[in-house]
Amino acid sequence: MRTPDLISFALRSLSGARTRTLLMLLAMSIGVASVVLLTALGEGARRYVVGEFAQLGTHLLIMLPGRSETTGGAPPLLGATPRDLTLDDAMALLRERSILRVAPLTVGNAPVSHGSREREVTVIGATADFFPIRHLTIGSGKGLPALDPGRGANVVVIGSGLRRELFGGQRALGQWVRIDDRRFRVIGILGEGGESLGQNLDDMAVIPVASAQVVFDTPSLFRVLIQARGEDDIERAKKAAREIIRERHDGEDDVTIISQDALLSTFDKILGALTYTVGGIAAISLVVAGILIMNVMLVAVSQRVAEIGLLKALGAPERQVLRLFLVESVMLAAAGAALGVLIAAAGILALREVFPTFPIAAPLWATPAAVGVAIVTGLVFGVLPARRAARLDPVRALSGR
Amino acid sequence: MIELHGIERDFTVGDETVHALSQVSLSLPDGDYVSVMGPSGSGKSTLLNVLGLLDRPNAGSYRLDGVETTDLPEERRAALRRNHIGFVFQAFHLVPRLSAADNIGLPMVLAGVAPDARKARVHEVLESLDLLDRAHHRPDQLSGGQRQRVAIGRAIVMQPGVLLADEPTGNLDQHAGGEVVGLLERLNDAGITLIVVTHDPVIGRRARRRIRMVDGQIESDKSGDAHT
Repeated sequence: MRTPDLISFALRSLSGARTRTLLMLLAMSIGVASVVLLTALGEGARRYVVGEFAQLGTHLLIMLPGRSETTGGAPPLLGATPRDLTLDDAMALLRERSILRVAPLTVGNAPVSHGSREREVTVIGATADFFPIRHLTIGSGKGLPALDPGRGANVVVIGSGLRRELFGGQRALGQWVRIDDRRFRVIGILGEGGESLGQNLDDMAVIPVASAQVVFDTPSLFRVLIQARGEDDIERAKKAAREIIRERHDGEDDVTIISQDALLSTFDKILGALTYTVGGIAAISLVVAGILIMNVMLVAVSQRVAEIGLLKALGAPERQVLRLFLVESVMLAAAGAALGVLIAAAGILALREVFPTFPIAAPLWATPAAVGVAIVTGLVFGVLPARRAARLDPVRALSGR
Repeated sequence: MIELHGIERDFTVGDETVHALSQVSLSLPDGDYVSVMGPSGSGKSTLLNVLGLLDRPNAGSYRLDGVETTDLPEERRAALRRNHIGFVFQAFHLVPRLSAADNIGLPMVLAGVAPDARKARVHEVLESLDLLDRAHHRPDQLSGGQRQRVAIGRAIVMQPGVLLADEPTGNLDQHAGGEVVGLLERLNDAGITLIVVTHDPVIGRRARRRIRMVDGQIESDKSGDAHT
């Protein structure tokens, strides 16, 4: 039998039993659509988290003073207070080749005022490199000048929310604001950054780190952000940074370094596994659809006993009858899968409309995997009915016994 | 040429063994016209099924055109059926979703004949059966006589040497039945071996050779030119 004839014969028998065929298509398409949609949701969650972390900066290491782990050992003779993490410590890190940028940070809350308006906001003391490390964009004006980090300057870059609150509709660039009784000139406005891991970037003021140390009256840094040169340099940078600080702190290992990428890849793995799990659970519905296919095909075989007998009388060997029925169930499965893919695509589009910020997208493997499983299911569960058809005794089949 | 020798066919019904055919020997030359008659359960349908290679005898020899068929594998028997034997059934057994032309073409589809050759041959058959204007009707749009003519078209489309008809007029009125018998006899005149199983003595008597079966055995086998 020629393949086109085989397909058109199967098509005609499927369209001959319309209700049955439509119900089957529905079952199979729901199975495929749920696999694709659920994995798309999982993938969306993964992308969302990865995106949030990426916004924080790439190849990022965060150094904080003090040691969070207890390593035991002899009690220190000279008091337990860790040494301050100083500006010089931070700048010394740049000696290491694997470190691209360093941003020493001093952070505190302070009142910021212009005229009669005053707001209590987070003031960050930083350097020019802070902006590229954190992927912050400047909406208008410019970022902090690339000064010697040890020198202060009376300039400030403010968030767009703070700008609105202090200046309303007025021009802010070039104006003076007061931060804790010191005057700073506004030289830049941050772009609309939105939120980054719960921290509102719109309501902050960034001033040179040396000025911030004066404002907050502290020689110690709150954090040092370290950007490694590339993915492969992160571990080296981490080790080197620890070594440099130990050297400068008289052999005392008193800083904690968190690698953002390690955190990120952990989340990435967890959410990836979650996606697979959800997909696997949804795949159960495909198997259920396969069992339905088997049922429907068994009914079809018993309803078409006389026809099967006829096919045999006309010279169709068992193998050919088997193939005819297998092709029918595979076509059912394939058509159901195609329908399911369309439903899933429509579902994803609809979800995007409703949640525009949630990056929902089916992972690349999901659609082919769902369609593949559907077709294999059709094949596997089609074997039993097809075998039953192939083995029918033609004499009994034709006599309707 | 059909040669049966010592054919046995037993069925088990409950714990009883029924001898549907016992020691049937028969030789039919090409172009023969045979009627098989007998009461229900006499084994005439079983004989037809054995002749049509749908059923395998328990013992004996069946040679079709010199080929011993009883020990052939299923695939080879299906191929013999496809190329050498045509069936006409009492219940027509047309595929309801296919048009008359597609029903006639079905054996060629199963045989893998190319669409062009198929179309030409189906047209030829439709023409010879005077069914050209019914080519695209489905079975439920045809009369009983037309349906049986389509079924005969399907039986001869592969140009077999043997035509087996099981009560071909059983579901037809007298007029349509007469037409169908006339058609079968025309095909026989053109050289096909025609074997008709029937209850109807009028039809049975028309055959040149008349076999009567009782209890699985050939009771009488008369030849004479009754075909008028």
